[in-house]
Amino acid sequence: MLREVTLKPLADKSARMKIPRQDMPEQDPLERITNFREVPFGYTEELAMKEATRCLQCKDPQCVAGCPVNINIPWFVRLVAEGKFIEAAWKIRETNLLPAVCGRVCRQEDQCEKFCIRGKKGKAVAIGALERFVADYEREKGDVPIPEIPAWTGKKVAVVGSGPAGLTAAGDLVKRGHRVTIFEALHVPGGVLMYGIPEFRLPKKIVKAEIEYLKRMGVEFEFNAVIGKLFTVDDLFAEGYDAVFIGTGAGLPIFMNIPGENLVGVYSSNEYLTRVNLMRAYRFPEYDTPVLRGRKVIVVGGGNTALDASRTARRLCYEDVTVVYRRSREEMPARREEIKHAEEEGVKFLFLTAPTRYLGDREGRLVRAELVRMELSGPDESGRRRPLPAAGSEFQIDADIVIVAVGNLINPIIPLSSPDIRVNRCGNIIVEPSTEKTSKKGVFAGGDIVRGGATVILAMGDGRRAAYNIHEYLTDNKG
Amino acid sequence: MFEIVEKVRLAHSVALFRLKAPAIASKRKAGQFIMLRLNEYGERIPLTIVDSDPEQGTITLISQEMGKTTSMLGALDKGASILDVVGPLGKPTHVENFGTAVCIGGGIGTAPVYPITAALKNAGNKVLSVIGARTKGLLILEDEMRKVSDELFVTTDDGSYKHHGFVTQILQNLIEEQTKINVVFAIGPLSMMRAVCNLTRQHGLPTIVSLNPIMVDGTGMCGSCRVTVGGKNMFACVDGPEFNGHEVDFDELIRRNRSYFKEEKMAMEELTYHEGPRCYER
Repeated sequence: MLREVTLKPLADKSARMKIPRQDMPEQDPLERITNFREVPFGYTEELAMKEATRCLQCKDPQCVAGCPVNINIPWFVRLVAEGKFIEAAWKIRETNLLPAVCGRVCRQEDQCEKFCIRGKKGKAVAIGALERFVADYEREKGDVPIPEIPAWTGKKVAVVGSGPAGLTAAGDLVKRGHRVTIFEALHVPGGVLMYGIPEFRLPKKIVKAEIEYLKRMGVEFEFNAVIGKLFTVDDLFAEGYDAVFIGTGAGLPIFMNIPGENLVGVYSSNEYLTRVNLMRAYRFPEYDTPVLRGRKVIVVGGGNTALDASRTARRLCYEDVTVVYRRSREEMPARREEIKHAEEEGVKFLFLTAPTRYLGDREGRLVRAELVRMELSGPDESGRRRPLPAAGSEFQIDADIVIVAVGNLINPIIPLSSPDIRVNRCGNIIVEPSTEKTSKKGVFAGGDIVRGGATVILAMGDGRRAAYNIHEYLTDNKG
Repeated sequence: MFEIVEKVRLAHSVALFRLKAPAIASKRKAGQFIMLRLNEYGERIPLTIVDSDPEQGTITLISQEMGKTTSMLGALDKGASILDVVGPLGKPTHVENFGTAVCIGGGIGTAPVYPITAALKNAGNKVLSVIGARTKGLLILEDEMRKVSDELFVTTDDGSYKHHGFVTQILQNLIEEQTKINVVFAIGPLSMMRAVCNLTRQHGLPTIVSLNPIMVDGTGMCGSCRVTVGGKNMFACVDGPEFNGHEVDFDELIRRNRSYFKEEKMAMEELTYHEGPRCYER
């Protein structure tokens, strides 16, 4: 599908070194907390070309090694610098099926951009923003060609779950000539991309467009299909599928088991975000699903989900939103960019603090939270310093909404219905890391069901590795 | 899309629907439920599968018009379709030959109690059933329940039909008459299930209830349906919907089920104000 591209000679290196990193223009914070539109506007063509020119085109590019799906970054960036945006998009699509998603939600600062040579003295090339620009440009130009699909191999693969892992596995398998059906429990595809990540960070029309691309490649979808209930994994084999990939994610919210957690107004982050993102409760009563609005909101946790919940609540509540995190700012697992965005939007932070109980009124509705100060002691098994409550430091603050974002466990529906798929003590499916093979013949797994709570791009990397190994399995073992 | 192949009005504001859903029909067991979404704007609500016909590929649902979604569902006729139906969800009822089982259905709760009663009868139990409603016009499934019960008692709160009083009074009578009872299944309004459990607890009768908390996904992902059972947090959608009634914190669940009281009222007012109760198409 790639036509020959002739590249121009590179501009003078010292001139390129002088260009500062180009920021994406963004919606003003005061404006954006009144809507759910995306926060950054994205690059213009001029800004993208200028930013791309900063790339030094290293002979041994470390950024590629830092990318879990090994996008040929210098190549696509060079095409952008020359204004060959469509060609750049095709280059990315060779290895990444969801570029508009990854350009927005990947942790580039810990992956490709972390290894960028320009980041050693100054700021890394904005690889994520460029990827996003290229994907958006391609989508808006409307003519996204699909890769050539080989003749059917005669093999069928069932993919369970249509999140990042499942979508990537499905795309890669279709490209190898297998027939793929994705079974999705919800009524729309996308998994966490649809129910978890807010509209203002990842517009749903972009997720839909990326999925539309997979449909055009021949991936089939069955919605409202809960594997483990409607069909078991064995049923899928009996139906004629030759292999199964499980990418059902980590979808069982953890609560802290403290008093008052079942008061009206206490949500898991999953419920809060699902109501708002998937069911569009921010447009109630146009959409039928409600969500409580509230005056004072507390979000418990320090990860990206906590930040997503806090920024969503900032757009929906009447007074203020406070993130309560038991460690200090340095230990927060959330992306710096998200923390910056949250702060700009007026989200408050209480570090080294944790809830101890929630208090309600006579109707059982939340009115106050009791919090306790934490002190950091020696490092725990994760290498971070362990927070311990400081005796006698309890205090209370008003709150009518609490969103608990302290992580997820594995949804047990599939393991319970297929006891021959081995799981560890936390319920995660055990796989051979290099092949994503589970203990059950022909069954592979990847993404959060294996890793616990991780990231979109790592799930995509798993999906890719699984697709490769499923292909090997289908062609060697049983071919 | 899931087509409605039959609709029967069972009572004022209560209707039975038979839906084309072959895969669910062949898998479903007594006690399980589905989640449905009527249209693109709709919310997801749980409904118990009352019956199924694997040969015809249909499942039977019964719904009472309470809020916006159930009112819009009630306005649908044969030939119309429901956008999304997912199931069978939840754990099936544990059915065995207990000996003598008392099956109690209050109001719309008779709908979910019916498949359990049939399954218990099928397993060889002696089944004594009690169904009740506020008034005669709201009573459902009397004939169906009679067919799968050894004995059927019927009550109405207002005395408009059969026994004047509550289902708990019949249960009380049975207990006082020294009837041998091995297990009680009770489904209905939370206050009714609480009253049944208070009574059976005194007499040490094992009691199973089926709970109807607010749900969003119905697959364990959101935790909206959490209930305190035996001091532990349980998710009704995956750990239930049936629990040991003596361990359920009914008061907490009653409060949680009123979470969106204001919003539900607002949605209902908007529905009736704009287009009358039949505005299901948007």
